[in-house]
Amino acid sequence: LININQLLSTPTDRKEWADLEPVPQDDGPNPVVKIAYSDKFTDVYDYFRALLKNDEKSDRAFTLTAEAIELNAANYTVWHYRRVLLQALEKDLREEMRYITAIIEDQPKNYQVWHHRRMVVEWLNDPSEELEFIAEILSQDAKNYHAWQHRQWVLKEYKLWDSELEYVEQLLEEDVRNNSAWNQRHYVISHTTGYSDPSILNREVQYSLKQIKKAPHNESVWNYLKGILQDRGLSSHPGLLEQILELKETHCSPYLLGFLVDIYEDSLENTSGDQVEVLSKALELCELLAQEKDTIRREYWSYVGRSLQMKYCSDDPSTTSSAPETDRGSASVSVHQETTCNS
Amino acid sequence: MTEPTLLRDQHYQYLKKGLRHLSDAYECLDASRPWLCYWILHSLELLEEPVPTAIASDVCKFLARCQSPTGGFAGGPCQAAHLAPTYAAVNALCIIGTQEAYNIIDREKLLSFLFSVKQPDGSFVMHIGGEVDVRSTYCAASVASLTNIMTPTLFQDTPTWIVSCQNWEGGLGGVPGLEAHGGYTFCGMAAMVILGKEHMLDLKSLLRWVASRQMRYEGGFQGRCNKLVDGCYSFWQAGLLPLLHRALFKGGDSTLSLQKWMFEQQALQEYILLCCQNPAGGLLDKPGKSRDFYHTCYCLSGLSVAQHFGNMDLHHELIVGREENRLVSLSISVIILHYDCNDKLWDKVVVAHNP
Repeated sequence: LININQLLSTPTDRKEWADLEPVPQDDGPNPVVKIAYSDKFTDVYDYFRALLKNDEKSDRAFTLTAEAIELNAANYTVWHYRRVLLQALEKDLREEMRYITAIIEDQPKNYQVWHHRRMVVEWLNDPSEELEFIAEILSQDAKNYHAWQHRQWVLKEYKLWDSELEYVEQLLEEDVRNNSAWNQRHYVISHTTGYSDPSILNREVQYSLKQIKKAPHNESVWNYLKGILQDRGLSSHPGLLEQILELKETHCSPYLLGFLVDIYEDSLENTSGDQVEVLSKALELCELLAQEKDTIRREYWSYVGRSLQMKYCSDDPSTTSSAPETDRGSASVSVHQETTCNS
Repeated sequence: MTEPTLLRDQHYQYLKKGLRHLSDAYECLDASRPWLCYWILHSLELLEEPVPTAIASDVCKFLARCQSPTGGFAGGPCQAAHLAPTYAAVNALCIIGTQEAYNIIDREKLLSFLFSVKQPDGSFVMHIGGEVDVRSTYCAASVASLTNIMTPTLFQDTPTWIVSCQNWEGGLGGVPGLEAHGGYTFCGMAAMVILGKEHMLDLKSLLRWVASRQMRYEGGFQGRCNKLVDGCYSFWQAGLLPLLHRALFKGGDSTLSLQKWMFEQQALQEYILLCCQNPAGGLLDKPGKSRDFYHTCYCLSGLSVAQHFGNMDLHHELIVGREENRLVSLSISVIILHYDCNDKLWDKVVVAHNP
């Protein structure tokens, strides 16, 4: 990759560069945000600018890009030039894969290195090393966003879905709170079986409930459960409300309470007829969350309560709801109902 | 207990020095120098510290050297144009706000550059031969609207693409399928607001997602579910709440608060003031981390959001600590900025372009 000559010297010292006039960076007479570059950095980039200016496409240029990258792997201009050279000089792309593998291991949170790897994989049309490589990077940081992005691209582009759900389950075994893994679960299922099949949906609901019992205060799993059920209607999934109410006794959390609000809201939206009890429970939960169980989100839960009240309170004269009219003047109007809507 | 204090003088000295000189630790940002200009100038603006005329002019001249002959701005002189330094350079020039600053931007070439990175599916690559993600749509929308070069086709299909980045969590990922993330969610939502298409998003789910990102113990925000707090998300995440408030209000919502954003403003200010300040100046991610200009910019931006509710008609302040902690209100300064740019800038001739 980089030889001892390059480690110990700068391009100015090397005879193979003698014919080229370096191009100093021109920041102007009164520079701003002026970086105190090391001598090595200055030298390498002075020669890089010279190559760029002459549009030189040579092996020495290719070697210099590696040095420039080592000094600043975020220099996207250098990476682009390296790709131009890779093609113009018909360089060995397998060797380039080895190079980019090493660079990513060293600097896994950089945009340019992952994009470069994607380009090389595309040119080779060979994803065979990818899943294993990405898994290795994720073993060091299971939430590396670039790694997940690259992984999702590989899976979709080359249709390599077969073992991915198994991989996700392994990651969730290691850390059930890994939100990236929950996202990947959704990604895999969405792109393979989908969630329309009731047996798949039920499998996922059961899997989620099992994980909730193991770690009740894990927000990811609650979000996942809502995420997979919300389009079909939370309140329409048979037995779910009962299961959640049961969990409330032993595995309560602000997430469980929020989930109940969501079930009740869905019921209000999609069930016809008198929903006074449901509204009352929803408002009570919003109040509980705002005042006691999730106070950091006080403003949010208060808003949710007000919105529900505005939308579903049949006593509210400003609504145009088609709910059965209550006889406001009558003494038979329940105190409960009045309290709910006026709270 | 002494009241939390914003270390104004220390931050000012740190910023003033950085605008001129940076140590070799900044070699890694050699392809992001317009960003350094923007982060520093925006921070000074929030602190209400004026930029001396000479240095403002020097910034203009430097950014002119970062402008690419084919349009857009690069990370430094002689580098290739890229949407991120383009965003940074245009916004930095707008903060300076002088005729010299506005005159630097070659609008026709900028429009060509935007078309050159536009993709058939509505997305944008960050630079020629570069990667796609939702940051690019925000960078493009921001500079196009500030310089008044929008055309009917420039953002065709872009709103649909941004919507496809919203996922099962309610937030947005960098590209469709990815985990919801504060930085990308801000970029997507803000782009939609600029394009006037925010109602295509599921605003209720987005609101639930972002409200859930505030940490109940730390008071600051996390970037993704089940990850750690970071001072920069004080802006990327908390900054979504004013955008959502406005969008919901425009959509006819009458139950919105008239005094507060839908996050715990006091807790965020306390996190920033007590945990994110370097005593020698500059702000940071969390205690134990080093200061840098990116975190200085976004911690201060988040502090401003947390201190100021409302817009020009309705303004309500909540300042934690002494009155001297007050920063400039972002929403107001952004509105004024946009107005000035379009008014002073150039004639309103729409640049004709054949893509």
